[in-house]
Amino acid sequence: MLNIEEIKKLAKLARIEIAEEDLEKFASQLSSVLEYVEELKNVNTEGLLEVDQVTGLVNIQRADTVVVSDNREEIFSQAPEMKDGYYKVKAIL
Amino acid sequence: MQFEHLSITELRKKLDAKELSSVELTKYFLSRINELDKKVNSFVTVCENEALNSATKADEFINSPGENPFLCGIPYASKDLFCTKGVRTTASSKILDSYIPPHNATVEKKIKEHYGVLVGKTNLDEFAHGSSTETSAYGPSKNPWDLNRIPGGSSGGSTAALAAGLVPWATATETGGSIRQPASLCGVSGWKPTYGRVSRYGVIAMGSSLDCPGAVAHTVEDLAHLAEIMSGQDEKDSTTGVQPVPQYSKNLSSNISGLRIGVPKQYFVEGMEEDVKNRVMDAVKQLEKMGAKISEVDLPNTRFGSLVYAIICPSEVSSNLMRYDGIRYGHLSQQAKNLLEVYEKSRGEGFGSEAKRRILTGTYVLTAGYYDAYYKKAQKVRRLIMNEFSEVFKNVDALVCPSSPNVAVKIGGAKENPLFGYIADQLNIPSSLAGLPAISMPCGFGMPSDGEAPSMDGLPVGLQVIGPQWGEQTVFNIGYAYQQETDWHRKYPGV
Amino acid sequence: MKNFESSTEYKPVIGFEIHVQLATKSKMFSPAANNPDEKVPNTNIDEIVTGQPGTLPVANKEAIRLSALVGLALNCEIDEWSKFDRKHYFYPDLPKGYQISQFDQPIAKEGFLEVNVNGKMKRFGVTRAHLEEDAGKNVHPEGLPYSLVDYNRAGCALLEIVTEPDLESGEDAKSFLTELRNIIRYLGASSCDMEKGTMRVEPNISVRKPGETTLPKYKVEVKNINSIKFAQAAIDYEIARQIEILKEDGMPKQVTMGWNEKTNSTVEQRSKEEANDYRYFPDPDLPPMHFSPEYLQNLKNHMPELPAQKRKRFKEEFNLPDADVENLISWKELAAYFECVVSEIDNWILEAGNHKGAEARLGLIKNAANWSLGEFSALLNQKLLNPDEAKVDPENFAEMLMLIAEGKISSSAAKQVFKVMFEKGGEPDNIVKDLGLEQTSDEGAILTAIEKVIGANEKAVLDFKAGQEKSFGFLVGQTMKELKGKGNPQVINELLRKKLQS
Repeated sequence: MLNIEEIKKLAKLARIEIAEEDLEKFASQLSSVLEYVEELKNVNTEGLLEVDQVTGLVNIQRADTVVVSDNREEIFSQAPEMKDGYYKVKAIL
Repeated sequence: MQFEHLSITELRKKLDAKELSSVELTKYFLSRINELDKKVNSFVTVCENEALNSATKADEFINSPGENPFLCGIPYASKDLFCTKGVRTTASSKILDSYIPPHNATVEKKIKEHYGVLVGKTNLDEFAHGSSTETSAYGPSKNPWDLNRIPGGSSGGSTAALAAGLVPWATATETGGSIRQPASLCGVSGWKPTYGRVSRYGVIAMGSSLDCPGAVAHTVEDLAHLAEIMSGQDEKDSTTGVQPVPQYSKNLSSNISGLRIGVPKQYFVEGMEEDVKNRVMDAVKQLEKMGAKISEVDLPNTRFGSLVYAIICPSEVSSNLMRYDGIRYGHLSQQAKNLLEVYEKSRGEGFGSEAKRRILTGTYVLTAGYYDAYYKKAQKVRRLIMNEFSEVFKNVDALVCPSSPNVAVKIGGAKENPLFGYIADQLNIPSSLAGLPAISMPCGFGMPSDGEAPSMDGLPVGLQVIGPQWGEQTVFNIGYAYQQETDWHRKYPGV
Repeated sequence: MKNFESSTEYKPVIGFEIHVQLATKSKMFSPAANNPDEKVPNTNIDEIVTGQPGTLPVANKEAIRLSALVGLALNCEIDEWSKFDRKHYFYPDLPKGYQISQFDQPIAKEGFLEVNVNGKMKRFGVTRAHLEEDAGKNVHPEGLPYSLVDYNRAGCALLEIVTEPDLESGEDAKSFLTELRNIIRYLGASSCDMEKGTMRVEPNISVRKPGETTLPKYKVEVKNINSIKFAQAAIDYEIARQIEILKEDGMPKQVTMGWNEKTNSTVEQRSKEEANDYRYFPDPDLPPMHFSPEYLQNLKNHMPELPAQKRKRFKEEFNLPDADVENLISWKELAAYFECVVSEIDNWILEAGNHKGAEARLGLIKNAANWSLGEFSALLNQKLLNPDEAKVDPENFAEMLMLIAEGKISSSAAKQVFKVMFEKGGEPDNIVKDLGLEQTSDEGAILTAIEKVIGANEKAVLDFKAGQEKSFGFLVGQTMKELKGKGNPQVINELLRKKLQS
């Protein structure tokens, strides 16, 4: 089913470095999951709407009012790197 | 004096009567944690100072005139998926190893307003991905009934801490069995709410369309009280229901005479342990004796539940875990030489195997070419399952069945089995997909299929009660009635 | 998709993606402030904006209303149901690793806009308009190995409008963008300030070869355009560049270009190395939106007057020249101010009785337009103010016009008066008195002055009588001087001529 190349592609898309020796393992584990769900393809779902949510809620919206946060320092304190009030990252090319 | 086996309701009376103070009670549980958690490994973080501060405040409140809120001065633990402002919150993942939330989960805020006393954060499967706590970055928690066995998961830290008498109650969350299964395996009572009954705000997301914050306690009566406190529409969570919260605890009734209870035949699956089946059927007879009208019901699409879940859950997981990139919080790889490596290495180092597996699976099924075949199809089958429950609830008021096909298995069996959880939770997942409320409570003991029980009695078996959407009261009533007539919930392991 | 007729010419095919930052007080999914003018980085943030674990979005009702309103104004269909989807990609300015956007059920779709391009009405299709959240801003300090991220803009409500590839020239683009910007401003949905980035336009440009009937197989997207003028220039530049390539039997590359305003040319930006797979799926955190017929009817009932209607009315009611109308329409607040001045004029005419007549009214209105677009606009632009922020109110503005019309002040005196009104406020007649600028029409005083001037300038009088009209002007000037500039020139003219001819 899934081969190592496909796992590499998925890992790239998901931005996760995967050790060379684990690629095989993930390929076989993902394949077994896909095999497990294969049966779903044969379920007759004609005329059924997908479930986007189970609550049946509609138009749950908030009024356009501003709340000024009082925890900015706590938020910043979690950042691995900051500079001059900005979040700092390796250069974006 | 021993307090570790008392329910919240019982402790409340003692605190109100000033037989002891919150500080004394908190110290009592803290010292038990200190002494016993080395064996159980149910806590990721113990916050002694914060706990004693809250207890002191609770005592001040108790000593002032007026009625005390139900949770006032009562110690509790929170699953380490609930953000607790100022108290480290890890989701049992290395990627959040040193994360201190700048915000409180709505549930935590509510408990705080009731002067509850947080003593620590309990272990779980990493980001709640699992049914054993074995995927935790901090090692598995142990089942207090047999320390060689899993407590179940993902809320295994919470149920293990409760069963071991380290706290009188704990928060928990469920996406597909993560409250009911560990409650069953640890012999405690657990409540999985109707989806939308309890706010998800500040609870680290796993599967957003499925996640339900809930609780575990010694009795269903306690759970009814907790449900009252934790439930309600939250302006910070647009998926919380607008229905008013009933006074579950006041409305509790042990009269279940005439109540129509269905026993779904598909829930007694192949491979189920004989003792599990027998204990559950004993419980069904007990309910019948108490006046309930028992009937067998048919839920033929049950078997598709875990398959649907195996697609939807990883899809939502892969999306919800995108934000962990080492930029605003969490682990930043020191090896990264450029921006791409910041992402790939921080995430590669930070996430464990199971999280990676789910991210990859979710990424695959959401990819343009596969979306219709997997995700869309799964959401249609989910509709089929929801419709089936709606039909059944036209004829019965509740369903009862086992919470897990087996008693606790030994540690080590789950870790690299990608299907372990989907099988362990096959009896819980369909109702999770439909967003239904449920409880699990102890209904006896059974021998494990590996035959190596720690005692002649065996290990706890859980009885599950499922209600219709927003039907918490019926579920609590059945549990309450059952616990008035039986004492399985009053059995404790000796740790 | 529109069917193209085959042609013997190179035919440009242009479509737009336009992002408009909605003028809500708070962000799209969090109550943090939306402030495009914020200078201090990471000020308008909170735990939701920064995507802290466990935080959840709650949709801003006003942003949804404004989106539907824009959709209706662009003649779009608003479906009963709409929803939010997650669009996934990694970038430092995107806190959650996904952008909440709309994939297959946008709020508005299949609309059009009718635009006057050099006197010819053209219709441009609007494919869709969908609501999403904005990203933050990345700053790249030159020569340094790091970038900096500011989340002030992250999570702000953004409406993305996509057009059909119906435009054919830079001229089309200019007229279309101007009209679109006017409409959105009239609705109060956005400031549409391209320099501040509250309106961002990205044209897709390609050119069909003679005889081709299908859409070209490539398109060139141009970014970094921060004014309508530049959009027009960039499009014209691209069309010329692409035709050059096509003429030499080449095929332009499908690339993203940037507009360089210093060199007046487009420059190729780094082309994306791989196609993205955004893995859209419905956001489970946000229940769907439902637009009931009553809701939409209510929006329509309260729809403000749009530029096209206003344009028509200004022409019909005020008989203003096209250029004046366009200039007034393009500044929504000025147009509104102008109308207030007109209604003051009408009140005055009503009070003064009907003898003033329609012609006098139109004259005053023309003057109001002249002053609005001339002196007033110049002063406002100098101070970077909007008319409603100015100290001079429409009533006083109108009163000043009356003073001119009644001959109580001269036009040049009025300029001085207006400047004071603009800077300090106050009523024009008081200012006229304070500055001593009132114009006299008192025939006795004027006659005395004339007699004095005639007595002192015999030569000039003789010259005039000998037929030199030039000398008349000189005598008028001397009389005005005698009156210290306050004489009513009309009266002076009349009396002087009478006196000289007697």
